[in-house]
Amino acid sequence: MGVVQNLFEDGYITTTVDGFLNYCRASSIWPMTFGLACCAIEMIQYYSAPQHDFDRFGTVPRPSPRQSDLLLVAGTLTKKMAPIVRRVYDQMPEPRYVIAMGSCAGSGGIFNTYSVVQGVDNIIPVDVYIPGCPPRPEALMNGIIKLQEKIKKEHYIRK
Amino acid sequence: MDPLQIAKMVEEKFAGQVLGTTTYAGQVAIMVKKEMIRDICLFLKDEPSLKMDHLADLTAVDYSTYPNDTGLRFEVVYNLISTEYHHRIRLKVRVPEEDPRVDTVSLIWQTANWHERETFDLMGIKFDGHPDLRRILLPEDWEGHPLRKEYPLKGY
Repeated sequence: MGVVQNLFEDGYITTTVDGFLNYCRASSIWPMTFGLACCAIEMIQYYSAPQHDFDRFGTVPRPSPRQSDLLLVAGTLTKKMAPIVRRVYDQMPEPRYVIAMGSCAGSGGIFNTYSVVQGVDNIIPVDVYIPGCPPRPEALMNGIIKLQEKIKKEHYIRK
Repeated sequence: MDPLQIAKMVEEKFAGQVLGTTTYAGQVAIMVKKEMIRDICLFLKDEPSLKMDHLADLTAVDYSTYPNDTGLRFEVVYNLISTEYHHRIRLKVRVPEEDPRVDTVSLIWQTANWHERETFDLMGIKFDGHPDLRRILLPEDWEGHPLRKEYPLKGY
């Protein structure tokens, strides 16, 4: 089901409110960058390098969790940092999404040790996992697109 | 200056404190007792012909699973460099397991402040006279010292 259902003459289109709102929400995901370790470098490449520019997807990185609707956890999460991630997630207004970028954020990666949380989904609920060590910026782009598809399938008005 | 000459100067000045000198791949290490470590470090820093003003590293070794080792369990290692003369030396101090304490050198080289905090955090060696000896990498309420040999990899 696309956004536009019918096209009458010039200037009249019909669509559903859900479809239209979901399209708007998916096209302006504002991430809060939570770069913890080496995956942050690939995230920076995705943000501002001229080859992969994420601004064309409508994403504008925000420095504060209160102004963002996506938490992009990139890197290894240690047990010392875990309560901070939880606090940042709690400060985000709904509807909010989380992407776990990289192997360490998804499952602890190669660090099965005493100080690493084995996956950020032990602390916060995750919507999209992006595997890789580190994932290429194209893989992060694929993850954002998958999140957009997930948002477009939601029932926002009709619960 | 040749590092063996530096070792000889230390040996002459502090007669009873030096236990030996080892050489490996051109690098010289002086084994000393821990009682006068502060005086030895002050001598190495202030002596005009030595001028070891850069503490490159301060770390510790756990010898409990080392084959054929008869000494005390821990060893604190100081890597010193002179930025003026470009010579290096290594100091090694053995510390017993029952009372792992050494004098701090953070008043001589400021960088030792954080290096000693890390050594305390991960190996459990206390430094007397340190202004702020607390954990630096692990959370404050962590129990145990993870880099000791008996600490399991995945923790408790």
